[in-house]
Amino acid sequence: MIAALVFADIGIKLALAGIVFFGVLNLAGLHTWVERKQSAIMQDRIGANRASIFGIKLFGLFHPLADAIKMFFKEDFIPANGDRLLHTLAPFLSVFFALVAFAGIPFGDRLMVGGRAINLQVAGIYIGILYIFAMLSLGVYGVILAGFSSRNNYALLGSLRATAQMISYEIALGLSIIGLVMIFSTMDLQQMVRAQGGDFSRWLPGIGRWIPMWGIFLQPVAFFVFLTAALAETKRVPFDLPEGESEIIGYFVEYSGMKFGLFFMTDFIETVLVACLATTLFFGGWQVPYLHPDGFHFPWGATAAVGHLVYVGLGIASFSLKVLAFCWLFMAIRWTLPRFRYDQLMKLGWIYLFPIALVNVLVTAGILAFLGARG
Amino acid sequence: MQRKRELTFLENLYVPEIVRGLVLTSRHFFGNLFIHTAHLVGLMKNRSAAVTFQYPEQKRPLAPRLRTRHRLTVREEGTPRCVGCMLCETVCPAKCITIVAGEHPDPNVEKYPVRFDIDLGVCVYCGYCVEVCPEDAIRMDTEILDIAAYSRQAMKLDIHELMDPKLRKPVPECTLKFPHQCRVHKPVLPEAPQQRSDLPAVVSRNEPPGPMVGSWEAVYGKKD
Repeated sequence: MIAALVFADIGIKLALAGIVFFGVLNLAGLHTWVERKQSAIMQDRIGANRASIFGIKLFGLFHPLADAIKMFFKEDFIPANGDRLLHTLAPFLSVFFALVAFAGIPFGDRLMVGGRAINLQVAGIYIGILYIFAMLSLGVYGVILAGFSSRNNYALLGSLRATAQMISYEIALGLSIIGLVMIFSTMDLQQMVRAQGGDFSRWLPGIGRWIPMWGIFLQPVAFFVFLTAALAETKRVPFDLPEGESEIIGYFVEYSGMKFGLFFMTDFIETVLVACLATTLFFGGWQVPYLHPDGFHFPWGATAAVGHLVYVGLGIASFSLKVLAFCWLFMAIRWTLPRFRYDQLMKLGWIYLFPIALVNVLVTAGILAFLGARG
Repeated sequence: MQRKRELTFLENLYVPEIVRGLVLTSRHFFGNLFIHTAHLVGLMKNRSAAVTFQYPEQKRPLAPRLRTRHRLTVREEGTPRCVGCMLCETVCPAKCITIVAGEHPDPNVEKYPVRFDIDLGVCVYCGYCVEVCPEDAIRMDTEILDIAAYSRQAMKLDIHELMDPKLRKPVPECTLKFPHQCRVHKPVLPEAPQQRSDLPAVVSRNEPPGPMVGSWEAVYGKKD
């Protein structure tokens, strides 16, 4: 009996992990298509539309498929003087740490099925934020090993740039969310999302009922710092100095075939991860505005009862929609802004974002102390 | 010359300028997306969502004065208007035209081309041949731009292709009735000569003439 329960628990966890991986990997794969199509439409072009299966083109949706097949059949090159083991390990490390970070992201509320409460989160870690940031930081290892094991000066320089950039921006990234941690007094992301379900009626009588208590309304400055630092973490334009595919050479020069593809995928997976994080921390995660477990309570007084499954489903849909919106925004930023110069990059990280995040923490602490003193 | 300007305070803040840029690209994105979607349901077909041309299917409009591949204009009875005066061959700066003149049965015409070749691999598309022609016999208005071949031989056009711009190599059969040196009745491409790799390539400009084919009786009917 106990064994059956344990197996059921393991099964549920595996299913959750499967759902998350399915969603994330597909979204990351689709990003290659979105990247081409969105940039094309932005620039008054058509974009990739030639790959066809039996004459069906489907807006070029087969291009990611064609790319993957191409990548697998290309020569897998390891430099003669490179470190074979580390050279092979680096892309796997990169993609591994990007993928496991998703375990901490809650994508829905508690689902009650057959008297069992399923937390829609792969791992209900109560220090979820720390876990995700730790995994993000460990991603640096893949990058620096790739540059180091290639025995190529340009690759090494690229990986040094990448490491410097990631470490610099992780500080601003970490500091930007301290304010939220102080406000919600928890590091559990599920708890944090649940706490964002309220509204501002306690502090703002009148319009306060209209505004959901999302992180962006509590910490608008932190949101901008977080967004900038998070974009830098994904190593994409305007922060793509680690690779700089158009002129400077990046840490994966010596990679070809699917190993190069894995680095490419890592960027997209990290983009999705950062979109998930921004959604969870600042946009209420799976919260739908005015939706409570028993149904909608609109600020003008109307209510609409909603079944439990519909409630959870709406939550998951809300989370997915917000993540997709962030992915769109990141893609729009990537195709709008030119690349930073390296000194500008470091200046932005250390002279602007870091102090802004620090001041934000101080101001938040002051306000919290003031409100706490008032009771 | 635009010298570097001091940035204003708002521009120095980065964020408003970034938002301005995002608004611009997003306006293009959503506008084009709307037109693309309208195209899917068959609306707004007169407005294009892209400035690009889907080339092989959709050709760019060409300027009327654009010089494209040559053609030889044709008389009503199907003979070339060319009178074999050699002006084009003479004026051609690239020397890509080869004409062999023959005697025309009509005494008013005197001559006609038994053979008229243009080597497109040599032609510079200057249009002098068109300018110089007293008979309006050669024009460069076929709107054929996609001229490419795997060999130099295949870049050479003979009278069949010049008189009918729709023909493509290899020309399937000869439809010319008047007497001409026909490459269709013989193998079109002569075997490439064995080339020793340690010697510079020898490229013969002129292929050996083909056999004479056709008769004036086929064009004008039997004389009484």
